[in-house]
Amino acid sequence: MRSIERTVALRLRQDRWFHVFGVLCTLLGVATLCALLGSLLLDGLGRIDWSFLSSFPSRRAGQAGILSALVGSLLVMLVTAAVAVPLGIAAGVYLEEYARKNRLTAIVEINIANLAGVPSVIYGLMALGVFVYAFGFGHSILTAGLTLAALILPIVIVATREALRTIPRSIREASYALGATKWETVWHHLLPYSMGGIATGIIIGLSRAIGETAPLVTIGALAYIAFLPDAPFTSEPPFVSFAWLQSDFTVLPMQMFNWVSRPDPAFHANAAATGVVLIAITLSMNALAIFVRYRMRRSIKW
Amino acid sequence: MHSDRAAAVLLWIAAMSSVLITVGIVAVLVLESIPFFSHVGLGTFLTDTQWQPLFADARFGILPLVCGTLVTTVTALAVAMPVGTVVAIYLSEFAPHRLREILKPVLELLSAVPTVVYGYFALLTVTPVLQKVFPDLPTFNMLGAGIVMGIMIVPYVSSLSEDAMRGVPRLLREGAYAMGANKILTALKVVYPAALSGIGSSYVLGISRAVGETMIVAIAAGMQPNLTCNPAEPAATITAFIVQVSQGDLPHGSIGYQSIFAAGVVLFAMTLVFNIAGYRLRKRFREAY
Repeated sequence: MRSIERTVALRLRQDRWFHVFGVLCTLLGVATLCALLGSLLLDGLGRIDWSFLSSFPSRRAGQAGILSALVGSLLVMLVTAAVAVPLGIAAGVYLEEYARKNRLTAIVEINIANLAGVPSVIYGLMALGVFVYAFGFGHSILTAGLTLAALILPIVIVATREALRTIPRSIREASYALGATKWETVWHHLLPYSMGGIATGIIIGLSRAIGETAPLVTIGALAYIAFLPDAPFTSEPPFVSFAWLQSDFTVLPMQMFNWVSRPDPAFHANAAATGVVLIAITLSMNALAIFVRYRMRRSIKW
Repeated sequence: MHSDRAAAVLLWIAAMSSVLITVGIVAVLVLESIPFFSHVGLGTFLTDTQWQPLFADARFGILPLVCGTLVTTVTALAVAMPVGTVVAIYLSEFAPHRLREILKPVLELLSAVPTVVYGYFALLTVTPVLQKVFPDLPTFNMLGAGIVMGIMIVPYVSSLSEDAMRGVPRLLREGAYAMGANKILTALKVVYPAALSGIGSSYVLGISRAVGETMIVAIAAGMQPNLTCNPAEPAATITAFIVQVSQGDLPHGSIGYQSIFAAGVVLFAMTLVFNIAGYRLRKRFREAY
């Protein structure tokens, strides 16, 4: 009897110890996140003011700012979203609703699964060969936007498919029963009902794209840009201009990489400040995605 | 009815665009590296122990870059695999439901942080701390970069492993409890083996991430090709080399320009092997129960 009691006590103790160990390991991740945020804020918060946000990069660390990088990131994201969102949603709809189960579909599916695991720097090499040289786009905002669109396309496709999969079969049957065609069913029912899930995927994809550095370095983007691209709006008709697409550019992560690579510690403070801005953008986009997913889970019950 | 047909065709074209991307990647890697391999020769490429493609006295052995990639990958996995597995076991078998729903998204934020920020963290925060423990550690080293990369990979491992473990039927656990096992024994001896193919695929995904990770190693591990297995030394990885060479303005068609595509072929091949292995494992664990 004694020995059984002792064994039971030992087993319970093992469980408790592992519980503590598990909490510690989980906290290691959380603690790293805090240490990372803390060290960035400590080194960089002092540099963030209006002039940092509204100045061009400079040879003097104290006068340098991230204006061209902020504008560049915004414009590149515009191109990325304009390409990846319609293309990704359409591909997702095709694979989930239209595709027959045949060899071609299987190849497309394996291909998407594999694309999601291709290192981002390889996308940069592809863009260097295709967009920069074969198409002659140069290292422009257009090239960068297309590169990042290719990079996040699998994310948008997978999110679209998963969102469509949660819609029960009966919704589709009901629509067909009322005489709707397949496309009408997709457009009026399936897409609106899956918008929450798709939006989550798009936000996550764009937040990944905005932090990407390697593929943009590879296409030969410059880090020192002391001008802004042409404005997309003009005062004369037709009031919109696409000249900015061909402009040279820099983006936030490239600017940060450039500054962190310099030996002068004064530039490290600039890098940290850029990191604070960058992380504020990506984390708030992720928070938004979590919020959208949470709202969606609560509001839709089939 | 016409518009219905047109919509179907447009959607099909969109779906095929993803195939075009892969075709583009493979075509560029092959076409741009053919001139390189006709100049260098596969034997030299795979066996020479030095990689100095931009020097006047150029050497083209990929081994130092592959070695740097493997050392940083192993260092990262030495962190990510044990920590990720323990976190997965904790979240799947021990943590209360409410806590898990909070911890999972918080951990996933780790993989949302831009890698250039991790690079900064590795170079300017983690390495100085490591230097307090190992005073001889150089400013650029694979150890700091690998550890930070490992922590970045933890959520990839823990999320997928946890999903796999939660897919194990309750009955198996009840059986173990009925035999007198405690939670941790059940987790290690019953749930873990039952979910092994899913957990394995999470490890493989982690390896593939580590091999392809670029900015952390480019910033913190150094840019000099160095044939060494010691993580405390600086060394360039394949990815870091590509980034380093791209930063300078290389003329299109020069041997330096071609060398980044040759390095890219090796990188793509390495990750492709892991991606396919991971895909196979994932399919198997989906079919398991």
